[in-house]
Amino acid sequence: MKICVLVKEVPDAAVQKRIDTDTMRLDRSGENNLNPFDTHAIEAAMQLKEGGELQVDEVVAVTMGPDSAARALQKAVALGADRSVHLADDSLAGSDVCATGLALAKVLESESPDIVLLGQQSDDGECYTIGAVVADHLKMPSLTQVIKMDVDGDKLRCERQAEYGYDTVSLALPAVISVGDAINEPRYPSLKAIMGAKKKPLDGKSATDVGIEASQVGEDGSQTTVLALNPPPQKEAGEIIEDEDTAETVEKIVAWLDERKLI
Amino acid sequence: MAGILVYALHDDEGNFNKNSLGALSEAGKLAGELGTEAAAVIVGDVSDDGAQALGNYGVSKVYRAKDVPEGLAQPIVDVMAKVISENDFSYALFGGGLLGFEIGAGLTARLGAGVTMEVTKVKVDSGKLVAERPILQDSQIADVGYVSEPGIIIGRLNAFDIEETGGSAEVVDVDVELSEWSTKAEMITRGEQRGADVDIEAADVLIGGGRGLGSAEGFDGAEALAAAFGGNSAVAATRAVVDAGWYPYAAQIGQTGKTVAPKLYLAVGVSGAIQHKVGMQNSEAIVAINKDANAPIFEFSDLGIVGDLNKIMPKLTEAIKAKKG
Ligand SMILES: Cc1cc2nc3c(=O)[nH]c(=O)nc-3n(C[C@H](O)[C@H](O)[C@H](O)COP(=O)(O)OP(=O)(O)OC[C@H]3O[C@@H](n4cnc5c(N)ncnc54)[C@H](O)[C@@H]3O)c2cc1C
Ligand SMILES: Nc1ncnc2c1ncn2[C@@H]1O[C@H](COP(=O)(O)O)[C@@H](O)[C@H]1O
Repeated sequence: MKICVLVKEVPDAAVQKRIDTDTMRLDRSGENNLNPFDTHAIEAAMQLKEGGELQVDEVVAVTMGPDSAARALQKAVALGADRSVHLADDSLAGSDVCATGLALAKVLESESPDIVLLGQQSDDGECYTIGAVVADHLKMPSLTQVIKMDVDGDKLRCERQAEYGYDTVSLALPAVISVGDAINEPRYPSLKAIMGAKKKPLDGKSATDVGIEASQVGEDGSQTTVLALNPPPQKEAGEIIEDEDTAETVEKIVAWLDERKLI
Repeated sequence: MAGILVYALHDDEGNFNKNSLGALSEAGKLAGELGTEAAAVIVGDVSDDGAQALGNYGVSKVYRAKDVPEGLAQPIVDVMAKVISENDFSYALFGGGLLGFEIGAGLTARLGAGVTMEVTKVKVDSGKLVAERPILQDSQIADVGYVSEPGIIIGRLNAFDIEETGGSAEVVDVDVELSEWSTKAEMITRGEQRGADVDIEAADVLIGGGRGLGSAEGFDGAEALAAAFGGNSAVAATRAVVDAGWYPYAAQIGQTGKTVAPKLYLAVGVSGAIQHKVGMQNSEAIVAINKDANAPIFEFSDLGIVGDLNKIMPKLTEAIKAKKG
């Protein structure tokens, strides 16, 4: 069976993210990295493969993004994916959730996966939704925010927190599962794996290759428009203490609390 | 009709979710401004009385799919897609919660509809709804408009206030044939409580413990600190540590946990992710100890201490004990 893992390239955590107000899109000019939440999805795929309860023949990393996103795919391969697929096309720029979900579903369709894994959120978009969008297009059962996944015969038994406590849900395959960051501790890639990643097959696809019409994606296919960007209401900045001398720090905290009658 | 359709989530006893009720009130108010009506969708075995009572929150109609199970998103996508298409709803609105994200996302795909999530406010502009969505860790607020009809609006936790308007809703039973793939996920257990049943909602002082405490044992230090404050104090937790099994689920604050507003919230080793913040941002005083000067929690703390909690917390505990004498 085949597992596809959706991975995304996002601005590095150290970069101060900003919107380019001319295009109303995220400024991606700084340092980029593999979305940290997706490393949990890759790890989950590797554990299914190595666990041996399912016969997993290959793990394929899939992304949609500009040319630079190939680096995120290489990182995914360094973490264990066997090969990768890169959907890149000028027509895709500016896609919202609706258009991105459709495009990813189309590229996944061309791979016919048995399991699709993805991260709980992209670090830049923070939409939490791509999994459920893709699942409906692919007509597969799905669950998001999964923190435990066990093979149960030909099904996957998944656990996650919902509004009233923990839910345990059994999913028939094929299925789409977004994993929470508590599901595992992602491994570090070995030097050898990093060096070898460039040699693994990377399959570039255009929109037409996977049957996407330009009108369905990008700005044309997007169903939301950002009308304006505003700063959040100003909150008075809090006081900050750098802990250098802990006895002194503690004294300051106690005084601060005492002043407000909190002790 | 061009109205607003709201999904009202309920537990296994038929109690409606507070955030869903808030969404009903919001929809009722917005529908009034738009000159249209708001309605609710419910699934499962809800009594006539229970369904009609949603009229008290501003909706005139309740669509009920009795045979559809509550708790998993995809069957509810089937129900809502049918009700929206047959009645020409212009918007679907969800209160903050996990299921609303999944159903809203499913509808996006099914109906080719625009979606906005984590919405903190909805306004009417030229006869259309515009959603305010904080982005990039709440550093900016985007005003988002919809091209498609319907438009999907997924609220942030506690974004919409409950307002009781009085009144009773008309209940319309709907029959929905579920999609083949919607029946391929099966709920084995729902709403399981893990760990001890602790009460954090009544506390005046809450020590919020996060992954920075390092282990389940790390919570002993947080408990000692809470004990030093004495009286009405307790320890709360983030989802990360609850999922890791370090602390009971009943102590979790945030989107899929509890909402609290103590006099003092003292966070130790908590990064301050949005889903945590929404559950505690109304605390009267927020103090945070975190070794990362860039942790988001410092953006909304009244007092922030940049440092190692392992050094600070034990000494702070002693100092507070000494102060109390
Ligand atoms: C749909 C959804 C629902 C969610 N619901 C919830 C929810 O209900 N509640 C919730 O809390 N979260 C929820 N989350 C998860 C949330 O996004 C965060 O992942 C979580 O709150 C992080 O918990 P944390 O702060 O303990 O861990 P981390 O984010 O890992 O932060 C740990 C912090 O500890 C600091 N630290 C480490 N060591 C030390 C030290 N020695 N001294 C001082 N500081 C130290 C680090 O600098 C870091 O800032 C949800 C997420 C999603 C997607
Ligand atoms: N452009 C993309 N290419 C590949 N995967 C993506 C893309 N955007 C989002 N994803 C996946 O969807 C998950 C959730 O993203 P989001 O819904 O944007 O928060 C991410 O963790 C990725 O696994």
